[in-house]
Amino acid sequence: MTDDELIWRIAGGSGDGIDSTSQNFAKALMRSGLNVFTHRHYPSRIRGGHTYVEIRAKDEPVKSRGDNYNFLLALGDSFARNPQEEAYYGNEEVKPLSENLDELREGGVIVYDSGLLDASEIENFDERVEENNWHVYDLDLRGLAKEHGREVMRNTAGVGATAALLDMDLQYIEDLMEDAMSGDVLEANLQILEEAYESVNENYEHTHDLRAPTGSADEEQVLVSGSHGIAYGALDEGCRFISGYPMTPWTDVYTIMTQHLPEMGGISEQVEDEIAAASLAIGASHAGAKAMSGSSGGGFALMSEPLGLAEITETPIVLVEAMRAGPSTGMPTKPEQGDLEHVLYTSQGDSNRVVFAPGDPAECYEQTRKAFEIAYEYQIPAIVLYDQKLSGGHQTVPEEVFDEEPNPDIGSVVTEAELEEAVQEAGRFKRYMYDDEESGFGGVSRRSIPGQKGGNFLASGNEHNEVGHISEDADNRTIQMNRRMAKLDAIREELTETSDHQPVYGPEDAEYGILSFGSTKGVIEEAVDRLNEEGHSVKAMNVSDIMPFPKDEVTEFLESVDESLVVEMNASAQFRRHIQGQLGRFGEKLYSLLKYDGNPFEPEEVVSGFESRLGEEADLSQYNVRIESATGD
Amino acid sequence: MSAFNAIGEERDIDRDEFTPEIEPQATWCPGCGDFGVLKALKQAMPEVGRNPEETLLVTGIGCSGKLSSYFRSYGFHSIHGRSLPVARAAKMANPDLEVIAAGGDGDGYGIGGNHFMHTARENHDMTYIVFDNEIFGLTKGQTSPTSPKGHKSKTQPHGSAKQPIRPLSLALTSGASYVARTAAVNPNQAKEILTEAMEHDGFAHVDFLTQCPTWNKDAKQYVPYIDVQDSDDYDFDITDRGEASEMMQEAENKLYEGEVLTGRFYKDSDRPSYQQEKQATGDMPEEPLAERYFDDDYEWERSYDLLDRHK
Repeated sequence: MTDDELIWRIAGGSGDGIDSTSQNFAKALMRSGLNVFTHRHYPSRIRGGHTYVEIRAKDEPVKSRGDNYNFLLALGDSFARNPQEEAYYGNEEVKPLSENLDELREGGVIVYDSGLLDASEIENFDERVEENNWHVYDLDLRGLAKEHGREVMRNTAGVGATAALLDMDLQYIEDLMEDAMSGDVLEANLQILEEAYESVNENYEHTHDLRAPTGSADEEQVLVSGSHGIAYGALDEGCRFISGYPMTPWTDVYTIMTQHLPEMGGISEQVEDEIAAASLAIGASHAGAKAMSGSSGGGFALMSEPLGLAEITETPIVLVEAMRAGPSTGMPTKPEQGDLEHVLYTSQGDSNRVVFAPGDPAECYEQTRKAFEIAYEYQIPAIVLYDQKLSGGHQTVPEEVFDEEPNPDIGSVVTEAELEEAVQEAGRFKRYMYDDEESGFGGVSRRSIPGQKGGNFLASGNEHNEVGHISEDADNRTIQMNRRMAKLDAIREELTETSDHQPVYGPEDAEYGILSFGSTKGVIEEAVDRLNEEGHSVKAMNVSDIMPFPKDEVTEFLESVDESLVVEMNASAQFRRHIQGQLGRFGEKLYSLLKYDGNPFEPEEVVSGFESRLGEEADLSQYNVRIESATGD
Repeated sequence: MSAFNAIGEERDIDRDEFTPEIEPQATWCPGCGDFGVLKALKQAMPEVGRNPEETLLVTGIGCSGKLSSYFRSYGFHSIHGRSLPVARAAKMANPDLEVIAAGGDGDGYGIGGNHFMHTARENHDMTYIVFDNEIFGLTKGQTSPTSPKGHKSKTQPHGSAKQPIRPLSLALTSGASYVARTAAVNPNQAKEILTEAMEHDGFAHVDFLTQCPTWNKDAKQYVPYIDVQDSDDYDFDITDRGEASEMMQEAENKLYEGEVLTGRFYKDSDRPSYQQEKQATGDMPEEPLAERYFDDDYEWERSYDLLDRHK
């Protein structure tokens, strides 16, 4: 834990504007040349309930939320339930302060709104402050806001106080306010910001050492979430049709797409359920549009049957699955990686799909583009699997990541000239030709689009022959199954040649490995740095190609290490099981570090988990993580 | 001029064009009402003036779902109950297509009932044919959503305790702008109604009575039928929602008393289609989306131009 970084936590109630305030503060830090990573923690409630956003900023690249934090801005919770009564959820009014103390680092700073929060209601508050050497600034933020504007502007007062205590230039914050507001509201907010800033500088002795780090990033950065990465990737691939049903956290991607599609001449459809959502994507794609849909666990379960329909009719679609803690409704706003096997195998019959699990917003962008490219070239459903952590967390990404050309190509489609030729030669177009040499891809036979002359065919969820008619002929069945299944090998080969989806991090000759997939990438890279600094010899591989699985790359990685920890956010070690299932070996080398408490891993948990594996003294009892031993093959 | 050559061809259409090049032998039983739907649809197409390659027929699962196997056009034989969401999206992606969805009463009023309600409410410019035989045929004779109360089958051995679905009323309440009932035993009326349904600019629902001689032997053969427009006993205004609703209730009741009332029950020619509504609010492009992918000159938008909000 170093203090060349700021981890600022703004805490309050849901519905109090914590999210938008934190967005602007994060951007201000980014504009000052820092790298930024945000983490959003919120309950499944409209208003009230303990919520916070953490913003980690430092000069070097930031890859995770970090361990704990060092600056708390505790605002009141306007929607706290029954604050005066005894209830099992405790005194909610004081939670923005009381609930956040356990994770505040030694020597950390606390700013709280004394207009709404009474520290004396917290057990042993003064003792804890002294013990941990915390620096406490109690400010009547509400009073200040009311004096110059309205009570809701207390967030602004809190930001002003933060800026003063961290010695930050107000200019960045003021610029952002001017972008977002106007008129009286802007005037009042600016006044409150400056008032709070000056009042803290004049009336309080600054006893802490923490200051905002100095940034030196000279390239243009943008602050985006994984959901933006996915949506922008889809738009740049020419996706102009989305169908969906609201569900947290999938709604993020869905709303970003919906915000932009009409102005781009696209179509966004909100439909009656997820069965319809996936079916619409199939219908739109069949008619010639590039289409997507998606959901989270429960909604994705409803998409199972249409997903199989896309597989057997070879209709290209891209589906997004934004995981949250399950089973069933589980914990709607909390991240987990428990849907891995669900997306791989749901729907009857042998599954035949592509699954990518990007690890950060830049990978979300690149892999969503790849998902469309593969889906439309190979006529196969492609799924982008991510989770609430990537969905809601924002991160600075170089602007140039998005400086790419659009690719509206609809893939392996015949032209009407080719159709004419086919009709002349064979009497009619064979949509599901056994061996379409012209398609250029293993297993793919080119499709036609309704309206094309000479291209009529039947797409059927029943097994079918070359022209699309329903057939239960045993030889035809075997040929068609083999042809469709062959696509995965061809795709694996293409991905190996064209993509780098399994980055290895750390010293090449390391003794130990850490394997992970999806959103745990950054936190593990940070843990790897720390472990190597402490004298361990560790490298990590974060896998994004879940299906087809990069067998050679993972085999090479595992052969080069003595053993490997598999880190994932679920209780049954699904990813480890997937690796063993795909490779059929290494069972004696793979150990699991599992977490499924609704919060993403922190680097320290990975470090301790790794050390405890080596028999070193590491106390895991303070964390909600579990080590699972190797099972053998 | 469409990017797709089959769309908008100016020529005479022959009903035989809708017969597949190699006609698969129909799996329907002799005497099945489904033959009547196929015949009526083939006859209606030249009337509407649409050719096979600008027509998309989306079917569900069941005997009715096989319609797309015996009808030559672009076809999509989807999954049980889901023909409507597949069909309406295809229509949105390319409004120049003639889109028809078809399925049985179990498919449309049972497992796909939610889609029926919502597709009707949205008033997509398409035709939905429901083969209504009051039974599950392909799975061998189970009670269906339109089976009469008391219907006995292996899945309802003591007789169904449920009131049957009221398909016409459900369509009207949900928002369909054209609602009709015809019967396989009445081929001329069936052809006319399907023609009208396809020409209607909105969601046209046709409850098509198709006798099942194999699994619903006890049921009526839907004869004699009465065309409510031709009968002196019935006088109502099909553009009046209230009168239409009463007439539908009566037709639905009478069916189970052995009187088969068919004809047009409701028509609203003024209601804009879903496409028109969406285009009016800028929610749908004026040119068919599907054509854009064939336009080499189109300037595709870039996400790079959206980044200001993230700085």
